[in-house]
Amino acid sequence: MSVLVYTESEEGVIKKIALEAVSYAKGIADQMGTSVTAISINANNTSELAKYGASKVLEVSDDKLNKFNGEAYADAIAQAAKNEDAKVIVLTSSANSKFLAPTLAVDLNAGFVPNVVALPERTSPFKVKHSVFTNKAFAHTEIKTEVKIVGLGKNTFGLKESETSMSNEAFSPNLDAHDFDMEIVSVDKATDQVTIADAEIVVSAGRGLKGPENWGMIEDLANTLGAATACSKPVSDMGWRPHSEHVGQTGKPVASNLYIAIGISGAIQHLAGINSSKVKVVINNDPEAPFFKAADYGIVGDAFEIVPQLNEKLKAFKAQNN
Amino acid sequence: MKILVCISHVPDTTSKINFTDGDTKFDTNGVQFVINPNDEFGLTRAMWFKEKQGAVVHVVNVGGPETEPTLRKALAIGADEAIRVNTPATDGFSVAKQLANVVKEGGYNLVIAGRESIDYNGGMMPGILAKLTGSNFVNTCIGLEVDGDKATVIREIDGGKETLKTSLPLVVGGQKGIVEESDLRIPNMRGIMQARTKPLTVKEPVDASAETATVSFEKPAPKGQVKLVDNVDQLIDLLHNEAKVI
Ligand SMILES: Cc1cc2nc3c(=O)[nH]c(=O)nc-3n(C[C@H](O)[C@H](O)[C@H](O)COP(=O)(O)OP(=O)(O)OC[C@H]3O[C@@H](n4cnc5c(N)ncnc54)[C@H](O)[C@@H]3O)c2cc1C
Repeated sequence: MSVLVYTESEEGVIKKIALEAVSYAKGIADQMGTSVTAISINANNTSELAKYGASKVLEVSDDKLNKFNGEAYADAIAQAAKNEDAKVIVLTSSANSKFLAPTLAVDLNAGFVPNVVALPERTSPFKVKHSVFTNKAFAHTEIKTEVKIVGLGKNTFGLKESETSMSNEAFSPNLDAHDFDMEIVSVDKATDQVTIADAEIVVSAGRGLKGPENWGMIEDLANTLGAATACSKPVSDMGWRPHSEHVGQTGKPVASNLYIAIGISGAIQHLAGINSSKVKVVINNDPEAPFFKAADYGIVGDAFEIVPQLNEKLKAFKAQNN
Repeated sequence: MKILVCISHVPDTTSKINFTDGDTKFDTNGVQFVINPNDEFGLTRAMWFKEKQGAVVHVVNVGGPETEPTLRKALAIGADEAIRVNTPATDGFSVAKQLANVVKEGGYNLVIAGRESIDYNGGMMPGILAKLTGSNFVNTCIGLEVDGDKATVIREIDGGKETLKTSLPLVVGGQKGIVEESDLRIPNMRGIMQARTKPLTVKEPVDASAETATVSFEKPAPKGQVKLVDNVDQLIDLLHNEAKVI
């Protein structure tokens, strides 16, 4: 019996959220007096998992799994869970984890709780805290099934080092034709940009920018910070920016270390989606804008003056501190 | 094509979230309930299939009688019939079991649900429903075309999108993008009048236990005051030395 954690990778490289998930799995394993087994799919190098507490990694390598496939990935993880007799399975809250979690839950007849923010308060009965109402509240929920699945919210637990000696095992799940019923015809993805899901810093702008032609300074600032760009809902509805940048209650959630909101008023639906970011900065010329109540730092002023200044000063700061 | 659109009945996005009974229950006092936004996008796409491809569109909710106005609104938008499974929605797994029964009995070959409901954010119901009904499943769906029993689905992925070919029976978890914001429909007088006489069937639930149980709720700790700064130098200094995020 061990705690099984699915360690996601992108182009063969283990993601940071996966390392956070291993840290979290290690915390649960310690509570339950057991160890952590990781499962990776087509990852090139899994040695880093040992640093965060994995005792064993099951390495799946199969060209058919080069592209994400919810059914097949869930099947592989379910078989690993059965082999390991795992009673707790840790996933993340990435789009892919959320895709495969329900399939996995049915395969293992397991209860699932997503957006978990802390270690279980108790493991018997198994009770976890998770965010609900799009970050406006938390719930404490018991999972009553023998096998339990939790999806860890990004940036909630952090990386915790716990060097462990780790064994690597090749693992070849039996995948049947049904796992590949769906054909991926094309993938359209900017590979040179940080995604909102992975970004440590997100630079976001709203209707205060007046028009799409003014996004140059937002992109420049994001480049300087190695950040992802995002926007408020009306900005994507008007077609100033792509839908994939829309953040908030009805868009993407943001759980970055730093969220910089420029010319965004701070409507409740916007704030709900970005509230789990650690540090929030607002730049707005209206001192009454509701965002000032939600932010940690703020500048009252004209974005068209402040953003270029901020970018220049940050470049100088980066040059000095590197 | 027979489409079932799953409608979750959720607090309006502007609602203040409070709890009662020693923080064990959501306080519905003064709260406006609406069609879950993700489901409304899906319903609107279903109306397109009805108008362009002659699809039959039913809507369903698992919940008590208090959810009926939300179902009537879906009928006013244009759904043909509504079904309410008369049991509280406890968790994603139990709701999916109720809906699996509705799907089987009604012979639906396309189910459009939302990526997640904005109250409990479980996001698991559509995937479980797909598995229980032996359907294909695509989550975070931002584009859907159906031709005979073949479907082309666009899925939002981190940093982009992916186009998939699959077949019916199919369950999708929809969101904005499956139709645009400007495609959403406000029910007109005629729609509202018609909705009053459209069938709304109440079905008794099947046996389905929940796998999880929420014991209590908690509100986030109040936030400290914002620190206002006068210039960007101060901001950079604070972000570096105090917040330690750059
Ligand atoms: C069901 C529903 C769901 C929704 N979901 C979302 C969601 O997921 N995400 C989301 O973002 N919104 C969402 N909204 C919309 C939300 O209510 C707001 O309308 C929206 O967030 C406002 O966007 P904004 O801040 O860009 O624009 P505005 O509210 O117009 O704010 C613009 C701000 O820019 C400031 N400004 C103007 N000029 C300058 C300048 N030169 N320099 C600096 N500042 C300037 C103004 O003072 C103002 O505060 C939703 C609404 C509904 C009804």
